[in-house]
Amino acid sequence: MLKTFSLGGIHPAGNKLSASSAIQVLPIPEIVSIPISQHIGAPATPVVKKNDEVKVGQLIAKSSGFVSANIHSSVSGTVFKVDDIMDSSGFRRTAIIIKVDGDEWLETIDRSETLVTEISASKEEIIAKIAEAGIVGLGGATFPAHVKLSVPPGKTAEVLIINAVECEPYLTSDHRVMLEKGDEVLVGTQILMKALGVNKAIIGIENNKPDAIAHLTKLAVNYQGIEICPLKTQYPQGGEKQLISATIKREIPSGALPIEVGAVVQNVGSAFAVYEAVQKNKPLFERIATITGKSLKNPSNWRFRIGTPVKDLIDAAGGLPEDTGKIIGGGPMMGKALTTVEVPLTKGSSGLLLLPREEALRKESKPCIRCGKCVSACPMGLEPFLLMVLADKKEYERLENNAVMDCMECGSCSFTCPANRPLLDYIRMGKGKVGQIMRSRK
Amino acid sequence: MNSKVLVAPSPHVHGGDSIQKNMYGVVFAMLPALVFSFVYFGMGAIIVTLTAVASCYLFEFLISKYLLKKVPTLNDGSALITGILLAFNVPANLPIWIILIGALVAIGIGKMTFGGLGNNVFNPALVGRVFLLISFPVQMTSWPKPLGFNTAYLDAETGATPLAIIKEGLKKGEPLSQLMHDIPSNMDLFMGNMGGSMGEIAGVALLLGLLYMLFKKIISWHIPLTILGTVAIFSGILHMANPEAYAGPLFHILTGGLLLGAIFMATDYVTSPMSHKGMIIYGIGIGLLTVIIRVFGAYPEGVSFAILIMNAFVPLINVYVKPKRFGEKRK
Repeated sequence: MLKTFSLGGIHPAGNKLSASSAIQVLPIPEIVSIPISQHIGAPATPVVKKNDEVKVGQLIAKSSGFVSANIHSSVSGTVFKVDDIMDSSGFRRTAIIIKVDGDEWLETIDRSETLVTEISASKEEIIAKIAEAGIVGLGGATFPAHVKLSVPPGKTAEVLIINAVECEPYLTSDHRVMLEKGDEVLVGTQILMKALGVNKAIIGIENNKPDAIAHLTKLAVNYQGIEICPLKTQYPQGGEKQLISATIKREIPSGALPIEVGAVVQNVGSAFAVYEAVQKNKPLFERIATITGKSLKNPSNWRFRIGTPVKDLIDAAGGLPEDTGKIIGGGPMMGKALTTVEVPLTKGSSGLLLLPREEALRKESKPCIRCGKCVSACPMGLEPFLLMVLADKKEYERLENNAVMDCMECGSCSFTCPANRPLLDYIRMGKGKVGQIMRSRK
Repeated sequence: MNSKVLVAPSPHVHGGDSIQKNMYGVVFAMLPALVFSFVYFGMGAIIVTLTAVASCYLFEFLISKYLLKKVPTLNDGSALITGILLAFNVPANLPIWIILIGALVAIGIGKMTFGGLGNNVFNPALVGRVFLLISFPVQMTSWPKPLGFNTAYLDAETGATPLAIIKEGLKKGEPLSQLMHDIPSNMDLFMGNMGGSMGEIAGVALLLGLLYMLFKKIISWHIPLTILGTVAIFSGILHMANPEAYAGPLFHILTGGLLLGAIFMATDYVTSPMSHKGMIIYGIGIGLLTVIIRVFGAYPEGVSFAILIMNAFVPLINVYVKPKRFGEKRK
């Protein structure tokens, strides 16, 4: 029996259309818009101004707190302006806009393809380098990586878990990274192990990627302490709590962090970025994303410079299909619908999904028939049907007592509901309000 | 730029499950039992089923349209299920006018007074059935014999159900071992060759339906298996204590609509608990009450009452029995 997480879960169609398409390099655009807030935490502070010359990899906005991240230029050229633009969240936020001129990298970056397996940096140097490179969780949550690696006093890390689950349907960028950059991922994993001072790492991969499991298992014999753990395909296994439950059978208590059970989780894409940052001195200014959709001419995976417009990625894959009804940044379960294709791709852009119109339309919502399927599907053991009613009735105290804040918004309830009820919409609303109330109490 | 893209919160896809799929799935699961009832009871079964279904649809339509003044939602399949279940719960020689009353009570009082599908507390078909049982005890307990396909309807030859034979006999002080001679063999019980209501007789057909619903994930195993398990254990203990006064577990499981109740009535979405823990408590309650009513109560059969009683506890169960939360310490 393959391992999986303890409660709930659903089985959406995989639709991994781009799984066999090798990573290509997206041409550098003429102009990039690099938002200063691409991570969870405080926005970075710009350190460049209009008309400054910048090189590829140069720091352009500085981390402004413990939970924050550096931002580097992804191109060489001239800063055109620092201004508010619409980003993928739909809000206007500050970005550094750079006119591209050539492709001149900082000399400190090692651009060779040689694999460097020898880890010379010390524990502290590694964490400093990861912070310096502006690495954030590349699975989509974009939590600054160095924060997770700084284990709080009194806690000890026992095991590093690499999230290579990619449980979102359609997305294949992690899959391609494992196939094409397997050794780099494993070295990156060892670097992370050293940073945490653990001698054990588990890479969790769902068994819908047998080639990646086989490839990494073969490579892993050369790397001490790394175990490849095949998992039964089930959404939302990529959730941090679910992945820990699946791989080491420990459940994080409500409101606690993974370190509570001795685990630290990093995304497989982050492991690759860590390799490049520590071994090649390369900051995070490019990443790999999937562009996909059933009507798209060429679903594929691309390495792009951060700040490239979404439109360029769509054009590279054959252009926006006629029947597009929704443009989703991320996967179909937790991704965000974009309002326009002019927004820039960022550190958190793991993929772009173009959903045909008829699939994008929601069906009419019917009365709840109390089938309990949402309860069975909920990976957190909540009662979505009840939370929806309570949110609708503004019963915030009861919402809190029914653990609404444990909801991670995976959408399994709405996905499952036979009456097409917008469960998560209401729960999200309730969470927002309960969160506000809880903060005001402090 | 296509300016007509939709913007909505996640999730952006849906699993494709629907109320209809579940409801018609249940109907499909009831087909084997329906076929068996036609085979054993012939024309009467067909007339009763058609009347029950048609009248359930009719009353739902009339009540939605003229009393609740909303667009009738007949295509969700729930009236069809109530109709078939009502037919399953009555004798195949029940006069049409009584069926009409049963359908009116089931749909009107059992379901629409609460606001329609999703809001009712009690299983509508059982509300109708129990109303008829109390109002028309004679007609509701004269069970036609399973004579194979025939054209008899109101004039069908009748006999007692196995549970009634035992109950009457024990009341007269006859020992159980003697009474068992009047009862069809376990194999006959399993294949449905006994007196009883239309849907309860053929264990094999009901179990086929259960397997189908489990396979299609329409229901989970929790309710039917806890009911059957509880009945088996409880009646088994009684039987071991005094084999001459209490029938064995297999007899209890195969007779008197226990399988029908456990598989199709107690599992009704609307009137059963939402969490697996709640379902198990509900199932144990139904199992215990069924045996208590059958063995110690006035009625020979107890499944309908047991389910209705536990239906009343469902809101309470839903409030106090929470699913195991992720990260909660296992007790």
